[in-house]
Amino acid sequence: MKKSYKIEVDCANCANKMEEAAKKTAGVKDAVVNFMALKMNVEFEDGADAKAVMKEVLKNCKKVEDDCEIYL
Amino acid sequence: MNKKQRKMLIRILIAAVLLVTIRILYAFLGEGDDAAVKEPVWFLLYMIPYLTVGFDILKKALKGIKNRQVFDENFLMAVATVGVIALALIKRNGDYIDGIAVMLFYQVGELFQSYAVGKSRRSISALMDIRPDYANLERDGETEKVDPDEVEVGSIIVVKPGEKIPIDGVIIEGRTTLNTSALTGESVPREAEVDDEVISGCINMTGVIRVRTTKDFGESTVSKILELVENSSSRKSRSENFISRFARYYTPIVCFSALALALLPPVVLLILSKAPQWGMWVYRALTFLVISCPCALVISIPLTFFAGIGGASRAGVLVKGSNYLEQLSKTEIVAMDKTGTMTKGVFEVNGIHHSTMDDRELLEIAAHAECFSTHPIALSIQRAFVTGQLWRKDSETGEASLVDESSEFRGEIKKDRVSGVEEIGGNGVVATVDGRSVAAGNARLMERLGIGYIPCHHAGTIVHVAIDGAYAGHILISDVIKPTSVQAIRELHKAGISKTVVLTGDAKSAAEAVAKELGVDEVRSELLPADKVTAVEELLKAKGAKDVLAFVGDGINDAPVLSRADIGIAMGALGSDAAIEAADVVLMDDDPLKIAKAVRIARKCMRIVKENIVFALGVKVLCLVLGAFGIANMLMAIFADVGVMVLAVLNAIRALAVDNV
Repeated sequence: MKKSYKIEVDCANCANKMEEAAKKTAGVKDAVVNFMALKMNVEFEDGADAKAVMKEVLKNCKKVEDDCEIYL
Repeated sequence: MNKKQRKMLIRILIAAVLLVTIRILYAFLGEGDDAAVKEPVWFLLYMIPYLTVGFDILKKALKGIKNRQVFDENFLMAVATVGVIALALIKRNGDYIDGIAVMLFYQVGELFQSYAVGKSRRSISALMDIRPDYANLERDGETEKVDPDEVEVGSIIVVKPGEKIPIDGVIIEGRTTLNTSALTGESVPREAEVDDEVISGCINMTGVIRVRTTKDFGESTVSKILELVENSSSRKSRSENFISRFARYYTPIVCFSALALALLPPVVLLILSKAPQWGMWVYRALTFLVISCPCALVISIPLTFFAGIGGASRAGVLVKGSNYLEQLSKTEIVAMDKTGTMTKGVFEVNGIHHSTMDDRELLEIAAHAECFSTHPIALSIQRAFVTGQLWRKDSETGEASLVDESSEFRGEIKKDRVSGVEEIGGNGVVATVDGRSVAAGNARLMERLGIGYIPCHHAGTIVHVAIDGAYAGHILISDVIKPTSVQAIRELHKAGISKTVVLTGDAKSAAEAVAKELGVDEVRSELLPADKVTAVEELLKAKGAKDVLAFVGDGINDAPVLSRADIGIAMGALGSDAAIEAADVVLMDDDPLKIAKAVRIARKCMRIVKENIVFALGVKVLCLVLGAFGIANMLMAIFADVGVMVLAVLNAIRALAVDNV
C-alpha cells in the first residue's frame, strides 16, 4: 500500500534526514521525501496499519529534525 | 514571505541594529582604566544580539546532540560561534563581533534560501496550475458547481468560456476553441465540436459546451498528469543521491579535520619547542567548521531538477523522474517507431499518376466505384474526394504538403450514380459508374481483367483505375510523414545524437524510401511488434556502455519496447493511459520536434547541475585551504558560504526557462 502525505520542513538536508528516519521505521517498506513538492510518499509493509506506522514515522522524524511536520 | 520568514527577518534586523549600536557605544566607553572591570558588562550586552539571532540554532544543536544527530549544520554553527566567543573571553580582548556576525549572516543565508525555494516552488506549481477547482454539473435542467471528484461517469457538465474542462468527455452540444497549452505547450488553439473528445486541463476559450463525461476525475488526463509531475522528483537522479551521500560523509570529515587542525599544529609546535599558539589554530579550526556547511549543494541540486522538470512540463514534455532527466541528457542513440511517430499513421491520397483525364475526375470516378466499401484504402479515396484535399509529397524534402485545398474541389458522393458493384476480395472492385464500367484495384485485378497498367515507383498502396477496359491511371495512397519529422531528425543530429534508427513493420522498399526522406542513419524493416524488442536489444548490445538508447513510440503496441529501452519516450499521449504508464518521458502532443527539445532541456538541466557541483565544491575547497593557512577569516568564510548558496540557487532557477532551449 502506498500513501502520500504533505509535510513541512525547512531545508533539503533535513528532508533527507526525514527520509532516512521514515525508512527505518518498522512497517515502512520504502519512503521517499520530495523536498520541492513538500511531500512524503510512504510504501507500507503488507498488513501494516498505516495510521499507527505514520505516528511512529512522525516521532522518528521529530527526533532527527525537530522542526518538521507531517500532516496525517 | 510567510510568517516564519517575516519573524526571522525581524530578528535579523533587531540583532543587526543592536550589534552596531553596542559596537559604537564600545568605541566611546569601552576604553579606559576600568576596562577590565567593565568587561563582563560588555560581554552580557553583546550576548543580547547573539541570542536574538541565534537562540533557535543553539536549541536545535542541543536537541541534535541529545538525539545523537550531531554533525548537522546547526551543530556546526553553534560550535563555531560559541567557540569564537569563548576564545574572545579567554583572550579577554572583547572581540565578540566575529561570532555574532557569523551567526547573523548564517541566518540571512537561511532566510534567503527558504524564500528562494518557496518562491520557485510557487512559480513551478503555478505553471502546473491545471487542476480544475469545480465542475458545473447539470442536474434536472439546472447547473450546480460541484467538486470534480463527485461527478460520475456519464454525467453532463457545462463548460463556459474561460473555464477549464474538469473531466475528460465528449461534446454533446456546442462548438468552441480549446487552449491546450497548459498540457502540450502548443500555443495554437484546437477546434472542437459535437462528438469530439475533449481532455481535462484544456481551457475553453470561445463557446459554451455541454460535455458528457467518459471518465472519473481520478482517471482523467489532468489527474494523471498532476500525479505524474508531483511524484516525478521522488525518483532521484544519481547526482541527487551523490549529493545526499556526500553530505552524509562530508560534514563529519570536515569536523574531524577541524579537530585535527586545532590540535595537531600546536602539538607539533610544542614538540619543536616553539610557542604553540593555541588561540590561532583553534580560530582556524572554527573557520573550517563555518565553511563546511554543505547547504549550497544540498539545496541547489534538487532545486535544479525540480525546475528542469517543471520547465519541461510547461513545454509539453513530462519527465517521470530526475533520474530519467539525467538519462535523457546522455542520449546517444534514438530509435523510433515509424507509423504514428514520424508519420501521421493515417493513409491519405498522395498523388494521382498517369491519368488519362483530369486528376479530379479520376478521383471522382474511383471514389464512386469504391463508395460501398469500408476498406481503409477505399475510405481514403472517398475522403480525398469529399474533402477536396490532395496531399503531395515533395520529392526533395520528403515533406508532405497539402495541395489544392479549395472548396471548389469538394465533391459529393451520390450513390445512385453507381450500380452493379462487385467486390473482388483482395483485389479491388468492379462497378458501373454513370453507365461506364469501372475497375479499381491492385495490379492483380488489372492482370485478371487483362488490362495493361503502369507500375508505380513510389512506396505505398496503389489503386489502378480502368474505365471501359482501358487503363486510366493510378492513385497513390500512403502514410504521410509529419510536416516536422524531417526537421526533427535534423535537430536530433544537431543536438549531438550520434545515431537515429527507424523501426517499422513496412516492407523493405517502402521503409527505405521513408528513411531516406527522413534522413535517418539506419532502418530496420519488416518487423513484427515482437521483433521490435529484439531489434532494440540488438541496438542496446551494440552501443557503448555509457551511451543511452532512447526509443520513441506512439504508445500503441510498443509498450514492451518502451520499457526495454534505456529511456522510453511516448508521444501524443493526450488521452492514452497505456503510454503514460509504460514510458519514462511523455510528449504531450505528437510533434516529433519535441524529441530534440526534450533532449536539449535535459542537457541544459544537467549542465546547471554540474556547474553548481563544481562551483560550490570549488569555492568550498578553496576556502578550506585559505582558512587552514589563516588567509581567510571567519567572516570571509561565512560570506563565501552564503554567497555560493545564493548564486547556486539563482543558477538552479535558470533550469525553469525552456522557451529558447
